[in-house]
This record gives sequence, C-alpha cells and structure tokens, in this order.
Amino acid sequence: MNVSPGIAHQFDDAGQQREAATLGMWVFLATEVLFFSAMFLGYTVYRVSYPRAFADAAQHTLLVVGTMNTAVLLLSSFVMVLAVRAAEQRRRFSLAGLLALTALLGAVFLVIKGFEYAQEIREGLLPGANFHIASSQPEHARMFFYLYFLMTGVHALHVFIGVLLLGGFALRALFTRRIAAMGTAVDLLGLYWHFVDTVWVFLFPLIYLIARHP
Amino acid sequence: MIASVSFPLLPERASDFAGSVDAIFFALLAVCGLIIFGICAAVVIFCVRYRRGSPAVHATLRGSSLPLEIAWTSATFLVFVAIFIWAAVVYFRMSRPPANAAEIHVVAKQWMWKLQHPNGRREINELHLQIGEPVKLVMTSQDVIHDFFVPAFRAKQDVLPSRYTVQWFTPTRVGKYHLFCAEYCGMDHSHMGGWIHVLESAEYARWLASGDVTESVVAAGARLFVARGCSGCHAPNAAVRAPPLNGIYRKPIALKDGGVVIADEQYLHDSILLPNRQITAGYDPVMPTYEGQLNEEEVMQLVTYIRSLGEGGTR
Amino acid sequence: MKPSYLEDEHSIRSWLLTTDHKRIGILYMVSITVFFFIGGAAATLMRIELLTPPGDLVTSTTYNKLFTIHGVVMVWFFLIPSIPTVLGNFLVPMMIGARDVAFPRLNLASWYLFMGGAAFALWAIVSGGVDTGWTFYTPYSSTYANGHVIAMATGIFIAGFGSIATGLNFIVTIHKMRAPGLTWFRLPLFIWTIYTTSIILVLATPVLAITLLLMALERAFGVGIFNPAMGGDPLLFQHLFWFYSHPAVYIMILPGMGVTSELIACFSRQRLFGYRYVAYASVAIAVLGFLVWGHHLFVSSQSIYAGMVFSVLSFLVSVPSAIKVFNWTATLYRGSIWLQTPLLYALGFLGLFTIGGLTGLFLAALAVDVHLSDTYFVIAHFHYIMVGGMVMAYLGGLHFWWPKISGRMYPEALAKLSALFIFAGFNLTFFPQFLLGYLGMPRRYHAYAPEFQVLNVLSTAGASILAIGYLLPLSYFLWSLRYGRKAEPNPWQATGLEWTTPSPPPTDNFDVTPIVTEEAYNYAP
Repeated sequence: MNVSPGIAHQFDDAGQQREAATLGMWVFLATEVLFFSAMFLGYTVYRVSYPRAFADAAQHTLLVVGTMNTAVLLLSSFVMVLAVRAAEQRRRFSLAGLLALTALLGAVFLVIKGFEYAQEIREGLLPGANFHIASSQPEHARMFFYLYFLMTGVHALHVFIGVLLLGGFALRALFTRRIAAMGTAVDLLGLYWHFVDTVWVFLFPLIYLIARHP
Repeated sequence: MIASVSFPLLPERASDFAGSVDAIFFALLAVCGLIIFGICAAVVIFCVRYRRGSPAVHATLRGSSLPLEIAWTSATFLVFVAIFIWAAVVYFRMSRPPANAAEIHVVAKQWMWKLQHPNGRREINELHLQIGEPVKLVMTSQDVIHDFFVPAFRAKQDVLPSRYTVQWFTPTRVGKYHLFCAEYCGMDHSHMGGWIHVLESAEYARWLASGDVTESVVAAGARLFVARGCSGCHAPNAAVRAPPLNGIYRKPIALKDGGVVIADEQYLHDSILLPNRQITAGYDPVMPTYEGQLNEEEVMQLVTYIRSLGEGGTR
Repeated sequence: MKPSYLEDEHSIRSWLLTTDHKRIGILYMVSITVFFFIGGAAATLMRIELLTPPGDLVTSTTYNKLFTIHGVVMVWFFLIPSIPTVLGNFLVPMMIGARDVAFPRLNLASWYLFMGGAAFALWAIVSGGVDTGWTFYTPYSSTYANGHVIAMATGIFIAGFGSIATGLNFIVTIHKMRAPGLTWFRLPLFIWTIYTTSIILVLATPVLAITLLLMALERAFGVGIFNPAMGGDPLLFQHLFWFYSHPAVYIMILPGMGVTSELIACFSRQRLFGYRYVAYASVAIAVLGFLVWGHHLFVSSQSIYAGMVFSVLSFLVSVPSAIKVFNWTATLYRGSIWLQTPLLYALGFLGLFTIGGLTGLFLAALAVDVHLSDTYFVIAHFHYIMVGGMVMAYLGGLHFWWPKISGRMYPEALAKLSALFIFAGFNLTFFPQFLLGYLGMPRRYHAYAPEFQVLNVLSTAGASILAIGYLLPLSYFLWSLRYGRKAEPNPWQATGLEWTTPSPPPTDNFDVTPIVTEEAYNYAP
C-alpha cells in the first residue's frame, strides 16, 4: 500500500491525485453553472414578459454600490491570480498574504452588499408584507426584487463560503511545513473564486444596467 | 363486493377523433406486439436450445455486428418516425377548432366544473351536446390547474388559472359519457367529474330551451360592461380617453413599450384583470384592475361581448 | 491474509465514519431497503383502497398523502440511489482496479446528505404529510396545498446534493483511476452506464434543487414566480421540473441496463454482442434524455409546434434503447446459457423493459398521448420501466454480487422461486393498469367509476403476490449472512476485475494494482 506523505491511499501518485482533484472541481463548477442557469432562465423569462415593470424596479437598484462591488470583486480575482502564482513559486508568506487579501476583498464585497441590502430593506424593496414600490405594475416589480434578492443572495452565499476557505487557506499557508503540497488546492480554490466572480459579472449588467431600460 | 357490472376492455368511441386515435393506437399495438413477441420468442428459444450442456453448437460470436446494427437501428428509426408523423397529423387537427364550432365556456374550480352555453344556459358538472355539431370549449380555472378529460371523445386539455385554453370535438354517438378531471388538483380531485350527454338534435333543442335562461352570454357581457363601469371610459362618446373597443378583437395593438400584440381572448382577459401589463400606445395607464372584482365567468362574458363588437376593425 | 472489509473493524463508529466505498455501499443498501419498504407500505394501502370504487378505507386527503409519500420515497430515496449508490459504490472501484473512489470522504458525506434529506422527508411525512404528489405542480403546491410542502422540498433538496456528490465522485473515479490497460472500450458496460448516469446526476439535479427552492420560497413568502394570479407562469415550473425529472428517468434505468449487460454476458458465457453500440447507446440516451422533457406537457397548452419537436425527439430516444434490447437478445444466440437466479432477473428485465419502453411510444405519439396522459396507462408504463426494469435489475445485481458483497451464497432454489413470484406478481399488478388507462381511468384517483373495478381488483391481487415476492429475498439474504454457504472468490466463473479478489474483498481491494490486457466479457461458451 502506498504510504507516501500527502498522497491519499486510493491514488497511485501525486499526478493522479492532482488530476482527479482538478477534474472534480471542474465537474463541481459544471453543476454550479446549471444551478445558476435555472435562476437566470427564470429572470430572462420574466424580463421578457414584463420589461416595463423590470425597468421600473431596476431604477431602484443602487448602481454606484453595484459598480463598486464589481470593482472589488474583479480586484480580488486579480489578487487571487497572484496568490496562485505565489503558490507555484512556493513563496509561503506572499501566498498567505495574498490569500488573506483576497479574503479581505471578498469580505468587503459582503459588507458593501450588506449595506446595500439594508438600504433596500429600509426602502421597502424586500418582497414581503412591507413591500412597496412606485410602479404601475407593483406585483411584477416585486418579482424583480424577489429574483434580485434570490440571485444575489445565493451568490453572496458562495462569496461567503469562498471567504471562509480563503481565510483557512491563508492560515494553512502560514503554518504549513509543506507548502508544495498546497499548490493544487490553491489552484482549485482559484478556480472556484473566479467562477464566483464570473457569476457576478453576469449578474451585474442583468440587474443594474440593462434592466433599467425596457 | 364486485358488482355485476359490465367489464369493458376498450373505451366507447363517441367523437370523430376517437376513431383516428384508436387507429394509431392499434397500429402501435401491432408494431409493439410484434417486437415484444419476437424478443420473447427469441429469448425462450435461445434459452432452451443453447442451455448449458445442450447438444447445440455453442460458439463465440465473431465478426462485425455492424450490418446487423445498421439494419435494426434504421428499421426501428423508420417505423418510429412514420408513427410520429401519423400521430402528429391527427394532433394538429385536434388543435385547430373549426370556425363554425359553438363556443362553450368552462370555468374550473376546486372541485367542480361550471359551464355556460352561448345562449346563457348554465350547467354544473354536466354538459349537454348535440350529435354531429362541433363544439369548442374555452376554458379557464379559478384556482389550480385542472384538466377536462372525456375518455369517450379521446379529448383532454389542461385548464390553467388566468389563462384560456381551448379544445374541441364533434360528438358522433348519442349517450352518456364520463367527464373526469385528469390533473391532480387537491382533496376531491377524484370527485371532480361529471357527465357529458350527447343528444339527438330535436331532444337537444328541447333541452336547450327548457332551462331558466335569462340572458345570452353576449347580453350578460353587455350588461356587465355598463354595470361595472367599463362603458364610462370605453364607450365611443365617453369623457375619459380610453382605447375604443369596437372591432378590437384580433386587431394588432401597438403597445407603449414598442411591441405589437394581437388582441385575442387572452389579451382582452389580461387587460381587464392586469390592465397595466400591456398598455396601448398613446394612452395613459389609468384603468383600475378588476382582479378580485370580477370572477372568471364574468370576464369570459365581457370578453365575448367585446368580441361581438366586431373583428379586426371590420366594423 | 488481510481481513475482509467486513471484518476489518467491528465498531459502529467504524461503519458510521468509514470512507471505504464498499462499506458506504452497504450503508446505502440498508437505508434504501428501509425506504423501499416505507414506499411499498404506502403502495399497499393505496392498492387496498382501490379494491372498491368508492373511497371507503381512507379519506381522500389520506389517499393523496399516500401517493405523495409513495412517489417521493420511491423516486428520490429508493430508485435514484438504488443501483448507483449500492452496486455502483461497491463495484465501480473494484471493476476498474482501484483501491477506492477518488474522494472517499465526499462519498461518506453524500450518504450523510442523503440521510439528512431523508430525515426531513420522514419528518414531513410523520408530522402530517404532504398531498401535492411527487411532481409538486404549482400553483397547487405553492399556494393551495396544506401540509409540510417546504419540509418535503427541503429533504429532496438536501438529498439532491448527495446525488450530485455521488455523480461527481464516479465521473472523476472513472476518468482518472482506471487500472493500466483498462481503456474506455475495455470497460464493463456497467461502468459505462454509471458514467452516463453520473453526468445526468451532475447536470440535472441542480436544476431540480433551484426549482424546488423557488417553489418553497414562493410558498413561504407569497411571491408569484409560478403563480398566475401574481403574473407568474405555472408552466415554467413544469418545464424546469421535467428538465430534471425526465433525465432522472434515465438515472433510474441506465444503471439497470448496465447490470443486465453484465448478467446476460456472464450467464450465456458469451461476449456481449455489439459491445460498442451498447456503450454508445448509453451515451445517446443520456444526451437525448435532456431534450425530451416537453413530452410531459402535450396537453398543458404548450405550443403545438414545441409538442411536435418534443414528440419526434422522444421517438428518437427510444431507438438506442431498442438497440440495446436487440443486442442483449443476440448475445444469447449460440451461448451456453446457465439459468441461475441473476439471469432470470436479467431476462425479466429484458421482457418488462421492452414492454415499458414500447408503451412509451404510445405516450410519445401526440394524438394518442392526449387520450393517455395522466391516466393509469402512464402509471403502468413507468412502473414497467422503474419496477419491471430497475428493481428487477437491482435484485438481479444483488443476487449476482451477493457472494462478493457478503461472502455467502444465497439459497438458489428459493431465489428462483421468488424471482418467478416477482415476475408473475408484477405483471398481474401492472398489466391491468394499461387497460385501465386506455379505458380512461385518471391517475391519483381515490374513488373511481364502477366499471373499472374488475381490473383494479386484479391489480391489487397482483400487488399482494408482488409483496410476498419482495419479502422473500429480504428474508433469505438475511438468513444467508449467517447460514449461507461460504462463497468462493468467483462462484460464477465471471470475468471482471471484481472477481479476482477474495469474497468478501479486503479493504484495499487489490494487493497489487491489476493490469488489464483483454476486452470485457472474454467468455467462451
């Protein structure tokens, strides 16, 4: 039986382990794509059906905040790329620092999103008993905000999980004795983070930009 | 206890579609029966003949299976496509009601069917029809999805809330036939049924005249049009500027958003209940919603009345 | 000699925290057996109720809850996990010469997700039940239904992630962990079908998850995504639901096809006829299976042109299934046929699946489906596929690999007898339902018209034979664990890497990674 350190018993060698992990992440992301596409489909169907209501509702989104968040997330993806590079070059402290910075940017994204949500809830845009909006078709505008909260909420959950993982990895990088063994894991975390970022890149225009004009 | 009921194996055939559907059914039965018989016969024969230790030749199958694969793939493919086309042609005919079909309104709710004939005669869970006369059912639901299913007519169509669906058939045999709800709709789904009575012409005429009919569907719509205040804005000389309704049915309507819709039954229905959804270009969205004010039967009467005002700007 | 995986450790903890794919397979086997009998109990009550036309045994609400329990439990907690998670977990690594799946801990996590989901579903059942049917059609489920719809949906949602994890694990394992020399076209067809099934699991399940989430949120917060009264579209729910649930039908049959391929080749001592075409057919079914969901909506007011496209695609998806049936039959030709219990099940599968598949054509044919949809014809059709197909294949596979799994032989004569019981009981239960359906008896009916009674009584009589047929294997499998004859490593003289290990195998399966130099099914009659 294989007892080399860092290689799980079911694998023959490090190459097989790395390939398996990478393929696993890609398959996971395929699942995630389908998960989000069902929501995007729902959004598309109703935007086509009710362009006016969706435009009315989209006027109430906070474009400046959304743009800020887009910038934060794009920047975090860039930092993540640097982290992956640092892992390849086995620079332990830069790796830890860059991962922590990515996590921090993710956290900033969440904080900004939180303030945005708070503002929107104060304005009565959260679908529920207190929902009210100035639109000729309030029930369809409400559908926009339902989809908005659902899609950005599920996305924020992904960011949140990413932040936790990034933080954990940063600590691991700081204390590990075997920085070389972390390369694949950091790669895959990078894939995940870029995926989360990509989803936002689709969400941002759909919610903040094109919906404003019917 | 098993009652001494008749024990049919095939449903009655009481509409002009029933024969067409049965023909496809029996053709499919023949094709599928042949395949199943062939497979089963082959399996039994092989299992006996090539059983372990039998004197028959046991040999590894060598050589390419490709010719055989091509043969049975293309054979099944062609048979299947032929059946598809046949069934699609009949289906197409089933989804095209003829222009002369009498229109019956059907409103489904948990757990009953409410029907209304053009002359205003109402029925609940029963429908009387005249033999040989095509009828078109315009259907909607007040709550969940139901389904209007008459096995003897081979006719079935889902009935959706806030939406009109249509089915049609021509009864061809006098008799009393089951009406079922075929889409699960809650507690008393299995009791949401009734009877379709197909009558001879004379008897049908007698039946139609017998009920306490006060006003036709169009007349009821006209009454509602005034009573519910529609005429205050939509009448030709009204003070408020609202789109005129004469000849609006089947007319293309330019919308404020820039789109164009045809003013069909669904559009008229939605414009009454969700007036702000599709605003006609050049008008302000000032109409109040009648959601909760009018029930689906009343909306159907209004829509029928508006349709009676002329079609496609012809009047 | 190393201890077998069963004897490696004995504590409960060693089972609940195991990462051994074989033990996880056993965990699944025990769980889904429990669910099978829960779902079966609901079916039994329904069949007894349907003995008489009026609804006199239980109230209509109870009956509606019974068929919902039956559907939900059987689909998500028995059929979908059945062959993939039990036989798949046990066999995939062994058949490809690996020591375990690629992600053993994820594998264990998937079982916990499955059990977590099951806990929600069971809670929903015991605390009052759900009466929406397993299809959860809106707006009934989202607005009108009483009961614990949200808890039930949560259960399915969570179990769905277990399915995704299992599928992901198999895809990676089959891609990356095959033994040297084991090329794609040397793989046993069971692996091909598990692979295609996994792809469907990974790509379809998330859509179900989000659909149920939307439905549950709509119910909780009164937002009208699927509620037409609020401008939503109830058909959107049906499209999303069947986008998952039709491919899910193939999740529930492809693995059964894989097992049947193994059994027919082994017990006829013959190379599987048209191996490559059977493998390609699995892929074709998985791909086309994603494009036919609309055939569930022929009478729902979907556009008739969409209906035509979905109809022709549905006819096409049946072609690869037909190819498989022809190839299995051809495999028997000139073989050396050994009529043991597993082959009886495989032949039962062959016949019943053929009937189930061909009756699918009736439902794909547009004009005929108008009459048949939502009647007992549909019920009979999919039970021929799910029960006549998948359950027969599962039982056949269980008998075939039981010596490997347990290290014991089951009693052959009794097993043959119960296979015949199941076959006869199954046909008597479900064949009358085809006739009922064509006569026009709608599904989900608690009470029915008197002229349907004779056929319903026949069906219930068949169900009681079927129930005995299912209890027999349960009893003698348990009996064999203690009293069964000890199994040799390869009691059927089968090919396949799993048979090169001792029965039961050691935890690591293979001492030395095997090297494969020949095609699958290298039998000589």
